[in-house]
Amino acid sequence: MALLVFVESAEGKIKKTSVEAVSFACGMGQAVTAIALGAVEKSELEALGSYGAQKVLHVSDERLNQGIIQAYARVLEQAMKDENADILILANSSLGTPVAARIAARIGASLASNVIELPNTTAGFVVKRSIYTGKAFAWVELTNQKKVITIRKNAAEMKEVGAPVQVTPYTVSLSEADFATKITSAEKATGEVLLPEANIVVSGGRGMKGPEHWSILEDLAKTLHAATGCSKPVSDMGWRPHHEHVGQTGVKVAPQLYIAVGISGAIQHLAGVNSSKCIVVINKDPEAPFFKAADYGIVGDAFEIIPKLTEAIKAAK
Amino acid sequence: MKILVCITHVPDTTSKINFTNNNTKFDSNGVQFIIGPYDDYALARAVELKETSGAVVTVLNVGLAETEPTLRKALAIGADDAVRINAEPADAFFVAYQIAEYARPIGYDLILMGRESIDHNGGVVHGLVGELLGIPSVSPVMKLDIDANRVKLSREIEGGKEMLEANLPLVAGCQEPIAEWKIPNMRGIMSARTKPLLVVEPKQTDSGIKLQKFELPAPKSSVRMIASDNVAELVSLLKNEAKIL
Ligand SMILES: Cc1cc2nc3c(=O)[nH]c(=O)nc-3n(C[C@H](O)[C@H](O)[C@H](O)COP(=O)(O)OP(=O)(O)OC[C@H]3O[C@@H](n4cnc5c(N)ncnc54)[C@H](O)[C@@H]3O)c2cc1C
Ligand SMILES: Nc1ncnc2c1ncn2[C@@H]1O[C@H](COP(=O)(O)O)[C@@H](O)[C@H]1O
Repeated sequence: MALLVFVESAEGKIKKTSVEAVSFACGMGQAVTAIALGAVEKSELEALGSYGAQKVLHVSDERLNQGIIQAYARVLEQAMKDENADILILANSSLGTPVAARIAARIGASLASNVIELPNTTAGFVVKRSIYTGKAFAWVELTNQKKVITIRKNAAEMKEVGAPVQVTPYTVSLSEADFATKITSAEKATGEVLLPEANIVVSGGRGMKGPEHWSILEDLAKTLHAATGCSKPVSDMGWRPHHEHVGQTGVKVAPQLYIAVGISGAIQHLAGVNSSKCIVVINKDPEAPFFKAADYGIVGDAFEIIPKLTEAIKAAK
Repeated sequence: MKILVCITHVPDTTSKINFTNNNTKFDSNGVQFIIGPYDDYALARAVELKETSGAVVTVLNVGLAETEPTLRKALAIGADDAVRINAEPADAFFVAYQIAEYARPIGYDLILMGRESIDHNGGVVHGLVGELLGIPSVSPVMKLDIDANRVKLSREIEGGKEMLEANLPLVAGCQEPIAEWKIPNMRGIMSARTKPLLVVEPKQTDSGIKLQKFELPAPKSSVRMIASDNVAELVSLLKNEAKIL
C-alpha cells in the first residue's frame, strides 16, 4: 500500500508546502508516490525523490496548468486507485484544501484538514488538528479505510533523504464536466516571498501611520528574505493589498519568525500568528497586548528602531 | 433565484477557549456566540443579491436548539426563512451530509458559505457539499456576480487572486471583500421574530471521524524585553538563542 501526495506548483516550481507534505508522508514510514499536475519543470519533479518520494507521477495535460478544483480531484481519485493508495496527503492551501474536500466526498474517505503533526498509528489512525484558529487542538481518529488529510505549514520539516527519481508520465481521461469552472485570468505577486509560505514575516499595523512608510518594513523584509504582512485595518484602508492581511479573518501564518511592528495585538490578529515559532514585537506602547504573546519585545518608535534593526542584521550576516 | 446560506454558531472572536468533560466538550460557560465572521460575509452578499435581483434567501445551521438566536439574527439581517438541522455539528462530513440532504430536493441555485468556520477551521464543508450534490464549488471567494445563469467570481490564491466563471448551481465559500457585514436594524429585528424557522431532524450517516479529545496549547513563556537602543542584542538573541537568523 502506498501513500499518495499531491504536490502543487507555481511557475513550474514545486511549492515548499508541498515538499513539506512529501517529507510528512515519508515520516509515516510507507512507500510514497508524489503526483504533480500541469506544467512543472522536470528537474523539480525529479528532486522530489530526494525528499523521499519513491515514485513521481506527472500529468502534463495542458488544461491542468490552472488549478481547477474538480478536475484535480478527479485526477487524484484515479491515481489513488491506480497506485493502490489508501491515504492521500495534501498541503493546506487555497487549492489543496478544496481539492481534499471534493475527493474525500467522492471516495468516501475520512477527512481531516489543518493537521499539524504526524499521525499516531499505535491504535488506529489519530491526527492532531489545529482548531479555534490556533487557540486549541483536537485529536481525531480517522476510521474509514481511505483517508484524506491536509497538513498545515510547518507540520513537517523538509528533509533530504534520498536521491532524484525518474518521472513517470501519467494520464487520466477527463470530461468537459470536470472543467465546469473556468479560470479566465489570474493576478499574482511575482518574485516576492509569498506570505502563507514564508519562513519569516515582517508585519505592520496602524502604528506605521500610512502606506508611504512601508519602505522601511520592506527593506527589513528584503534583508531577512521575509514576506510582508499587515493588520486588518491596514488592508481595509488600502495601505496594503488584501492578501497581506494576517489574522482571524485573513491569512494564518506559521513562520519561524514573525516580527510585528506597530500592531497592538488584538485577539483577532493574534489568532493568525499564534502558530509562529518565535514572535518579536516592536511597539511604542509598553502596555500593548501583543507583548504578552511575544518572545522578544522592544518598546519604542518603529521609525527609529526598524532602520537600525535592518542595519544590525546586515552587519551580522 | 433560491439562495441557501449556511451559517455557523461560533464563539465570539475574543473568547477564551476552554473544555470540560475531561477535555471532550467545549465549555460554553460565559461565552458569547456569533454568526461565523466568514458566514456573515456570505449572508451579506446573499441579502445584497436579494435586494438587487429579488432572490429568496434561506439560512441554515446544523446545530442544537441553542443556535436559534444566531439564526434569528440572520433573519434580522435579511434572510427570509431559517432551517435548523437538529444535531450536534460533530465534524465536517456530518455537517456537509446534512446540508446536502436538505438542499438536494429543493434545488437551490446558489449555496453560500463562509470560507471556513472559526471553531473547526476545516475549510472543507463547501467542497464536500459541492461534491455530494454534484455541482461546482469555489473557495475562498472574494467577489461573486451573477448575470443570468452565469456566475463570475474571484478566488484568493497564495499571493494573489484568480478570476473564474461557472454556471449556476454553485457552492461558494466566501470571505471579504465580497460584501460588507450587515448590522440588523430595528425593523429587521422585529420582523425576524415572525419569520419561519423550520427544525428538521438529521439523517443517519457515518463520517469516519471520531473525536478523541481536545487540548489547549502550552502556556507561552514570558516575553524578554530588549532596550530600544540595543537592537544588536535582539539580532544576537535571534541568532544564538532562537537560532533563526
Ligand atoms: C470579527 C473580527 C475579526 C477581525 N479580524 C482581524 C484580523 O484578521 N486581523 C487583524 O489584524 N485584525 C482583525 N480584527 C481587528 C482587530 O480587532 C483590531 O482592530 C486590529 O487588529 C488593530 O490593528 P492594529 O494593531 O494595526 O491597530 P491599532 O490597534 O490601532 O494599534 C496600533 C498600534 O501601533 C502602536 N504604535 C503607534 N505608533 C507607533 C510607532 N511610531 N512605533 C511603534 N508602535 C506604534 C500603538 O501603540 C498601537 O499598539 C478583527 C475584528 C473583528 C471584530
Ligand atoms: N454546523 C454548521 N451549520 C451550517 N453551516 C456550517 C456548519 N459548519 C460549517 N458550515 C458552513 O461551512 C463553512 C466551512 O466550514 P468548515 O469546513 O468547518 O471550515 C462555514 O463557513 C459555514 O458556512
